[in-house]
Amino acid sequence: MTRWTPDPTFYPSPREAVAAPAEKLAYVAAFDRTASRPDAIVVLDTDPDSPDYGRVVGWTDLPHLGDELHHFGWNACSSALCPTAPHPHVERRYLIVPGLRSSRIHVIDTRPDPRQPQVVKVIGPEELAKRAGYSRPHTVHCGPDGIYLSALGGADGAEGPGGIAILDHTTFEVRGAWEADRGPQFLAYDLWWHLTQDVLVTSEWGTPSMIEDGIIGELLLGRRYGHAIHFWDLAKRRHVQRVDLGDQYQMPLELRPAHDPTKSYGFVGVVISVEDLSASIWLWHRDGDAWAVTKVIDIPAEPADPGDLPDLLKPFGAVPPLVTDIDLSVDDRFLYVSCWGTGELRQYDVSDPLHPVQTGSVHLGGIVRRTAHPSAPDEALAGGPQMVEVSRDGRRVYVSNSLYGAWDDQFYPDGVGAWLAKLDVDVEAGGLRPDPRFFPHGEEFRGLRVHQTRLQGGDASSDSYCFP
Amino acid sequence: MTATTWATLAALGAFHGLNPAMGWLFAVARGLQERSRTALLRSLPPIAAGHLASVGIVAALVTATRSVTASTALAVVGGVLLVGFGLWRLLSERHFRWAGMRLSAAQLAGWSFLMSSAHGAGLMLLPVLVNEPMPGGHPGHLAAAPVGALPGLAAAGVHTVAVFGTALVVAMLVYQVLGVGVLRRAWFNVDRLWAGVLVAAGLVTLIRA
Repeated sequence: MTRWTPDPTFYPSPREAVAAPAEKLAYVAAFDRTASRPDAIVVLDTDPDSPDYGRVVGWTDLPHLGDELHHFGWNACSSALCPTAPHPHVERRYLIVPGLRSSRIHVIDTRPDPRQPQVVKVIGPEELAKRAGYSRPHTVHCGPDGIYLSALGGADGAEGPGGIAILDHTTFEVRGAWEADRGPQFLAYDLWWHLTQDVLVTSEWGTPSMIEDGIIGELLLGRRYGHAIHFWDLAKRRHVQRVDLGDQYQMPLELRPAHDPTKSYGFVGVVISVEDLSASIWLWHRDGDAWAVTKVIDIPAEPADPGDLPDLLKPFGAVPPLVTDIDLSVDDRFLYVSCWGTGELRQYDVSDPLHPVQTGSVHLGGIVRRTAHPSAPDEALAGGPQMVEVSRDGRRVYVSNSLYGAWDDQFYPDGVGAWLAKLDVDVEAGGLRPDPRFFPHGEEFRGLRVHQTRLQGGDASSDSYCFP
Repeated sequence: MTATTWATLAALGAFHGLNPAMGWLFAVARGLQERSRTALLRSLPPIAAGHLASVGIVAALVTATRSVTASTALAVVGGVLLVGFGLWRLLSERHFRWAGMRLSAAQLAGWSFLMSSAHGAGLMLLPVLVNEPMPGGHPGHLAAAPVGALPGLAAAGVHTVAVFGTALVVAMLVYQVLGVGVLRRAWFNVDRLWAGVLVAAGLVTLIRA
């Protein structure tokens, strides 16, 4: 049943969303690498006045094994206020949770008890394959006309093309493939958009066979992973332009467009350059009638003793930063950059998007550094800041430490562990530091690894706005 | 048509005009996107034109049919249609689907036509037109049909002027004074109310028939 007034978590503009109340709960995707126990959606208490602050307070097991939960999203968000197909009286209530390995899509109800979400629907891989021709579902975004779901693989689950499937807003059934004309696009990963400008953007990782058993050195050095981003006409569902970053820039992953709908730029993080192992951040922007990209941040690799490195990196004698996730604050001022290899989260002031200025850095974990968290100074941490989520007011940043099962094992062969940290941000001057009271880790996650975090009521990567 | 009929048509127009989904919000969004009040003002005429086409078809059809068939039959068919559509709107959680915001004036009119039709805007006028006394025509005479459509078009015209006027006032108020933040509090679920009104209007039409 619909509501009489709009869902209070919907905001017409990012300006208003910044004033949203602080989240009281966070939902975290957790998965069992051995596929011998069910993956889970874990609920964390994020209310600093609660006695359970920073603890696991809810746990929802999935019905099957081996899903490999990764990214997930809400059934509805602020885009429900968009004027062409408004439906603001629906509830932000269901989490759409794809299994990246199983291709199952779970619908999880966060009502009536938000601490004990319930699995209410499971869509099998065969339905995604039959109706949309895709597998390996990844990013979920609540769109004006349906739920957009990117998928890495084609129907066979091994090769491409990957693309976007549309789910019905109400029944969550797979309506079909989104693309009317995919042009030269073959590899898929993330998707997001400039909603009011009818522009959709996608990025490239690799097909399932290129990633599921680990990163393949020959493919990487052969520059075969993705290195381009694609621009689409959101209304006509047609490919418009492929922008190549250069084939040395392997794996442009997370796409973070400006939240302000009148702005026409966004950031994309590149995992690694095969020329010097550096990572980079690129800005996409308009150039006349076309789209262009400009590299705005370069993060160099750090020299290291080969003895401290996993086999994969020994020949190089250096630790690549491995920028695997980035996130842009709702006010479009701060960009957060996860360096999963070197174990660092960086904060940049991107008020001038072409000229980012670094304003903060926190070290946690890292392939060589293994920096401990201040609340457990004797525990060397594996993994690094990976998935990063920012609260709507921009004051709190959450980072979790697993990248992707098979890749965790290559870069952290002695075990990646499981931890999730919260960082407090100085939103006036910039800068951030770990909250010593918030560090769920180890046994709290019952042996599962932790990936994406979603904040109750929405966060910096969940909502799109149609009004400035 | 009586003064009451005209007033009712205008009041229904105001009700449609107030609904953010019917177009004024789209006009505001275009204004804000372009940072231009002119863009807002330019959006409203195509939106009104689309609405006019949507209600005009229904209204012309109703009055033309009335001039050739017994009004009881029309009232029964119309009433059943209204109740059925209203119940469907009330019970179905599906919403109008559309992606794309950069529309030409013609596309904008098309969008408005579809949006109004999906909401059953024309059907809302049905009880008013069905219950209107016959203007001394020649029932049963087929040649009367084209002429019979004229009162319907006039009704749609008056209704649309009211839609346009209301949308203009609300759009300017939100754009200049209130800001879109008002949506969070003031966007009452008119769709559900609307569906209820459609059902009630259908029942009233059936009872009178």
